Amino acid sequence: MNLDFSTITPYIPFMLEGIWVTIKFVSGALVFGFILGTLLALCKISSIKPLNWLAMVYTSIFRGTPLILQLMFFYLAIPQLTGYDISPFLSAVLAFGLNSAAYISEIIRAGIQAVDKGQTEAAMALGVPYNQLMRDIILPQALKNILPALMNEVITLTKESALVSTISVLDLMRRAQVVGADLYRNFEPLLFVGFIYWVMVFGLSSIGRMIERRLKVSDQS
Amino acid sequence: MIKVENLTKKFGKNEVLCGISTEIAKGEVVSIIGPSGSGKSTFLRCINFLETPTSGRIMIEGHDMTDSKIPIHKMRQQIGMVFQHFHLFPHLTVLENLTYAPMKAKGVKKQIAVEKARELLKRVGLLEKETAYPSSLSGGQKQRVAIARSLAMEPDLMLFDEPTSALDPEMVKEVLDVMKDLAKSGMTMVVVTHEMGFAREVADRILFLDHGVLLEEGKPAEFFTHPKTTRAKEFLDKIL
Ligand SMILES: Nc1ncnc2c1ncn2[C@@H]1O[C@H](COP(=O)(O)OP(=O)(O)OP(=O)(O)O)[C@@H](O)[C@H]1O
Ligand SMILES: [Mg+2]
Repeated sequence: MNLDFSTITPYIPFMLEGIWVTIKFVSGALVFGFILGTLLALCKISSIKPLNWLAMVYTSIFRGTPLILQLMFFYLAIPQLTGYDISPFLSAVLAFGLNSAAYISEIIRAGIQAVDKGQTEAAMALGVPYNQLMRDIILPQALKNILPALMNEVITLTKESALVSTISVLDLMRRAQVVGADLYRNFEPLLFVGFIYWVMVFGLSSIGRMIERRLKVSDQS
Repeated sequence: MIKVENLTKKFGKNEVLCGISTEIAKGEVVSIIGPSGSGKSTFLRCINFLETPTSGRIMIEGHDMTDSKIPIHKMRQQIGMVFQHFHLFPHLTVLENLTYAPMKAKGVKKQIAVEKARELLKRVGLLEKETAYPSSLSGGQKQRVAIARSLAMEPDLMLFDEPTSALDPEMVKEVLDVMKDLAKSGMTMVVVTHEMGFAREVADRILFLDHGVLLEEGKPAEFFTHPKTTRAKEFLDKIL
């Protein structure tokens, strides 16, 4: 067996461009997922029963089916239904965003419910309206409970994003496959992008640990 | 200023308050005592609608709280509440704990809110702690800040739910002193407490609650020396 990394040298810029595609995709899905996830979490803790129910059904569906199926669904099935030709990138952001909203809503709900009920009561007793006390008193405290789990979700999303290569989005993973097919050598390009994924995840977990340390310190203040 | 008429509260089938009626005058200090589980906290929490009464009426300054078009949060601004476990906002400094509600809920200007907060901190003897976070305070200090936080809204009525029960014994006095001072200043107060010394010395009237029934009410001197009911007698024998 002979390894020759010099063969991929001409393709390195091509593969590195995949980083940008992956980052764009992950952050798009994440922002979408976070906003929708927050709304769903608020539905889950609301006292309005139909909203609870709606959010629960939503979460159950998106957590209860394979992600790749959801992806195919948005890329292939929806266009068949609507006739609208959705771009691979957009359908991927949509599928991943909707999927991660389900997970994020659970993280946020748990984080909010972990805040002492006395905090809500104290703010209510002071005459602060519900929306305002949610924003100023409960959510900032919930964020501390939420951040570590949220960071995990970002890492999971980054790794799972490789799935979009199956619908020919030119992300890191897809580019490694393209280069592999061009060269008839797969080992080097796969190892190369594997290393890039690892660096990205390592960076994210370091940031996560740093945030956690910060939060611990401010807890003691 | 508060008139409670036939107040009942049920949790499921469990009737916790069974038709309580009483009236509390402006400037009066009323102490609620009674065995554990008798409904003291529930009564207090009904007054500012942290619990919704099952039936009955609560009138505050002539406004019917149970049937009103004024939003509940507006009503609550007139009523301060001090909890057993303080519930200070841990992510805000002491000063911010005091200025938050006046600024956000009442729209008081920052400068005025801060001035008022400092004046209150001085009153409870904690001016030097204004930049501290709650977690660095002792229990007694936390409770004094919590009292000041309620006062910052300039309420007409203050509710206390066992404000000294979670404190180490050596810190009870500093909190009771603040409350005595408040009573002297003419504040209307309803105090659930196990501190019989406080009830006897400061309260104008004692309400004795047992199994959700207002079994007895009267002047402290009378109640503590000549309780009318055997339940009250038994209760006092146990704790005095
Ligand atoms: N949210 C609730 N749901 C169901 N039952 C409740 C609730 N809050 C209180 N209770 C019940 O109501 C009864 C009265 O409770 P409450 O807390 O008012 O008593 P208390 O006189 O304050 O007692 P303590 O001296 O122990 O504080 C108890 O039997 C309690 O279990
Ligand atoms: Mg109680």
